[in-house]
Amino acid sequence: MRAVVTVIGKDMVGILAKVSGTCAEVNANVIEVTQSVLQEFFAMVMLIDMAGMNCELGELQEKLKKNVDGMRIHVMHEDIFNSMHRI
Amino acid sequence: MLNMSDIMETITMIQDENLDIRTITMGISLLDCCDGSIDSSCDKLYAKIYNRAKNLVRTGEEIEQKYGIPIINKRIAVTPIAMLAGASGGDPLRYAKTLECVANDVGVNFIGGFSALVHKGFSPGDLEVLNSIPEALSLTDHVCASVNVASTKSGINMDAAAIMGRVVKRTAELTADRQCIGAAKLVVFCNAPEDNPFMAGAFHGPGEPDCVINVGVSGPGVVRAALRKTGEGKDLTEVAEIIKRTAFKITRMGQMVGSEASARLGAPFGIVDISLAPTPAIGDSVAYILEEIGLEHCGAYGTTAALALLNDAVKKGGVMASSSVGGLSGAFIPVSEDAGMIAAVQSGALSVEKLEAMTAVCSVGLDMIVVPGDTHEDVIAAMIADEAAIGMINSKTTAVRVIPAIGKKTGDILEFGGLLGSGPVMKLNTASPSVMIKRGGRIPAPIQSLKN
Repeated sequence: MRAVVTVIGKDMVGILAKVSGTCAEVNANVIEVTQSVLQEFFAMVMLIDMAGMNCELGELQEKLKKNVDGMRIHVMHEDIFNSMHRI
Repeated sequence: MLNMSDIMETITMIQDENLDIRTITMGISLLDCCDGSIDSSCDKLYAKIYNRAKNLVRTGEEIEQKYGIPIINKRIAVTPIAMLAGASGGDPLRYAKTLECVANDVGVNFIGGFSALVHKGFSPGDLEVLNSIPEALSLTDHVCASVNVASTKSGINMDAAAIMGRVVKRTAELTADRQCIGAAKLVVFCNAPEDNPFMAGAFHGPGEPDCVINVGVSGPGVVRAALRKTGEGKDLTEVAEIIKRTAFKITRMGQMVGSEASARLGAPFGIVDISLAPTPAIGDSVAYILEEIGLEHCGAYGTTAALALLNDAVKKGGVMASSSVGGLSGAFIPVSEDAGMIAAVQSGALSVEKLEAMTAVCSVGLDMIVVPGDTHEDVIAAMIADEAAIGMINSKTTAVRVIPAIGKKTGDILEFGGLLGSGPVMKLNTASPSVMIKRGGRIPAPIQSLKN
């Protein structure tokens, strides 16, 4: 059971640290991270393992929104991407 | 790992292009609630709906959180109430009030099925339900009514069309203090689908299982954005391909959500209805898709052809993406719910006559059209008959949901708010069809009904 965390917005110091810190807080294991910075625009996609997670995905999203202010953050179960983009 | 551009595409669709699951609709059979006493029939109806649907809203919200996809409405569709009213007798308003009560208690957005199937004639309970619709819709907020007056197999019940002309007008009059909202919750059908999850026309057909989960997906904004990205250089074959690919992705999401909802709620999965259902939100418009294909305004010559391409490509894309496609599946063209349609009406490019032509190739009919408040009931009945004729001959669903704006004239505006939007009052041809409507009887089924 894995989920995808995406963070999009204006680049600043410490985004990755805050996101991964929050993941550690809820015991979600980070499996893979891809990020890119184009001019000032920051986009990150993180794959996390939910097996040991101690909260629901919705709660994680709320925590991330609180901890990483001013960024667009989505936490979504990976199945939605698999169903839309894989036959 | 998942492809980053795929992930970003999905997120853009949801965040910026209004992709959503429009509705999870639970269909519930009430055939085992029929009883000779209306008291006990209403008690059974309440208990059955409550027990089946008590977790529907919570489950919808959980799925919404898990996948990060908005699920706008949670709804219930039930067996046409005329069937229960036929068995129990009594005042059908009792059923409307019980439906409203249970809808409030389980927290759904709408409950559909204050309905009657009268395409070949009236059985006990049908006329009582038809005549009680105006009051039922004025006394309730969540109940939706629909009446099937015609089918390809049986022809058009013109007595029912005449009655529905009166019923539509009366419903608007009784809710004149609330923007005539009652008429927005009432649909008159030809070839009504039994598994349609969309309101106001959802009901649970007698051929359906005891309880079933149907899902309606939407995404006009996504289709428009996909077309916009490709620009004007592509020919129409390629345009159709792009729409198919987009519809496929949208439907896959609906299939996944429907399967999950059905597993969680312990009810079999019915169908995905792959309809492009516009909302008043900026960009979430079917008219804008047609304009993106290359029309100055929706309603210009070429609109019917563009809509035919769109409707067909949506079906073709969706059908491979789901184990079972049903309902209305195609493009909706409600005027008040679509910013592009409203703009087209106000610019003078889109008329009721053009909308009627468009209904021959879209998935529904004359939908959410506001007409002058002094429109004669026979004119409405004749509009119903014309739409039914298009549906009957073409073996497709057609419907009429017009709202007579009591006290208003052409050019005024009715504001419904929410998903229903706002509609400019449209000009109608007022030449009288009364002599024909008063003839009554049945327009016989067409030759194409004889397929056996």
